[in-house]
Amino acid sequence: MKAGITADWRPTTSLEVLKLRARLLERIRAFFAARGVLEVETPILSAATVTDPALSSLVSRYTGPVFPQGQTFYLHTSPESPMKRLLAAGSGPIYQISKVFRDGETGRLHNPEFTLLEWYRPGLDHHRLMDETGELVTLLLEPHYPLEPTERLSYREAFQHHVNLDPLTASINDFAAAAKAWQISRPEDQLAQNDLDTWRDLLWTHVIEPKLGQGRLTFIYDYPATQASLARIYPGDPPVAARFELYVNGIELANGFHELADPREQRARFVEQLRTRAASGLPVVTMDERLLAALEAGLPDCAGVALGFDRLVMLAQGARAIRDVIAFPFDRA
Amino acid sequence: MASYSTNEFKSGLKVMLDGDPAVIVDNEFVKPGKGQAFNRVRIRNLKTGRVIERTFKSGESMEAADVLDVEMQFLYNDGQFWHFMNPDSYEQLAADKNAVGDNAKWLKEQDVCIITLWNGVPLAVEPPNTVTLKIVETDPGVRGDTSGGGGKPATLETGAVVRVPLFVQNGEAIKVNTRTGEYVSRA
Repeated sequence: MKAGITADWRPTTSLEVLKLRARLLERIRAFFAARGVLEVETPILSAATVTDPALSSLVSRYTGPVFPQGQTFYLHTSPESPMKRLLAAGSGPIYQISKVFRDGETGRLHNPEFTLLEWYRPGLDHHRLMDETGELVTLLLEPHYPLEPTERLSYREAFQHHVNLDPLTASINDFAAAAKAWQISRPEDQLAQNDLDTWRDLLWTHVIEPKLGQGRLTFIYDYPATQASLARIYPGDPPVAARFELYVNGIELANGFHELADPREQRARFVEQLRTRAASGLPVVTMDERLLAALEAGLPDCAGVALGFDRLVMLAQGARAIRDVIAFPFDRA
Repeated sequence: MASYSTNEFKSGLKVMLDGDPAVIVDNEFVKPGKGQAFNRVRIRNLKTGRVIERTFKSGESMEAADVLDVEMQFLYNDGQFWHFMNPDSYEQLAADKNAVGDNAKWLKEQDVCIITLWNGVPLAVEPPNTVTLKIVETDPGVRGDTSGGGGKPATLETGAVVRVPLFVQNGEAIKVNTRTGEYVSRA
């Protein structure tokens, strides 16, 4: 008997959890069917990928007809780009449940391959999409435990409430002082020490996030413009990104945008992100020209959101780690 | 100097922390979906025993501690130092109270322990998982009592006190789990 080796074939989840996953998927599909949102499927292998420096794509290679010399394909980090191409082509409201891939992300709440529910609503802004996201998540979690009324806080309010600091106007020194007060050690490299968003993320993940959504759904909206990702930026003083996140029991569950539709602004952000990647020594990836062409053709005014399905199962089950709700997590794949 | 990047962090890894050798107790990967990844690490300073929390931006690294785990046989305690010998080379060294700590009560002559060395100096002494020790003092068990019930305290030859079942008697040798401090069986 080779003990230790032979145990690896087994799933890490119970049959009960597998049934819960199936039941939640069924309820999600019924929810969207009743609202006339169309289920779609888009490619997992993509010729281009996200430029966001915070995301690393896994890379695969195809060799054969069409590409006899071989061609790089990225495993998508989310189906955002092809879903927007469908919207631009006139699909109307759509949703997708698919496996997505992120290089370098393994931990209690991360598996490099995970299931994402993503949907888009033409005609809605991010506040109206928060309404719908709240309805869906409440419907899915309520049978498992009672929920306090849903709350909404701006990023700024959450920061002021928990850290007593205005994240949109604070200086590097203010952030450093707050981190010190919370006994968080500062990042060592100079680049990070001079980057406001690294400080925001540091305090956010260490102090604020664990307190959000205790026994309830907490939506955070209006992010710093530098954390806009693919969201519109609303003018103001200071301007903010039309982006939201949903937290339940300290877990980041969903991220949504009032989607940026301006192709020139989108191209400028891609170029800027590629410049940041190059400066940080990250792989410089292929920019998504097909998405830009779709925006040129015209993306309907819409909001979209992506929700981590495995984390939703964790919350419904009361599981501590993502590996407890995935039949074969990364180390058993 | 060798170093470990955050991707190599895991519990048990020996690193240098502010000039002292240390061991990673716990490593958590945290990352906002659209933001910077961090490793929140709890580290125990091997010289002071203090555990502190430290955060690293993913991609940063820590210097590796030049520590070595060696198996050595425990020889004797002279009242101040615990003396160990390498069974292959017969090389001897002495560990002080800091290095031995609470584990002193499990050390029995000739048992093989794991000694963590830093620059040749013993930092920590780990006894075997299970040791066999003789009972030097315990109350006589009540007749007719078997293994159940709450047991009774027994003092062992090294001075350790463990709870044993009532049927175990003075002068008997028993096996004890040194990680939990619990009675395992009669030897």
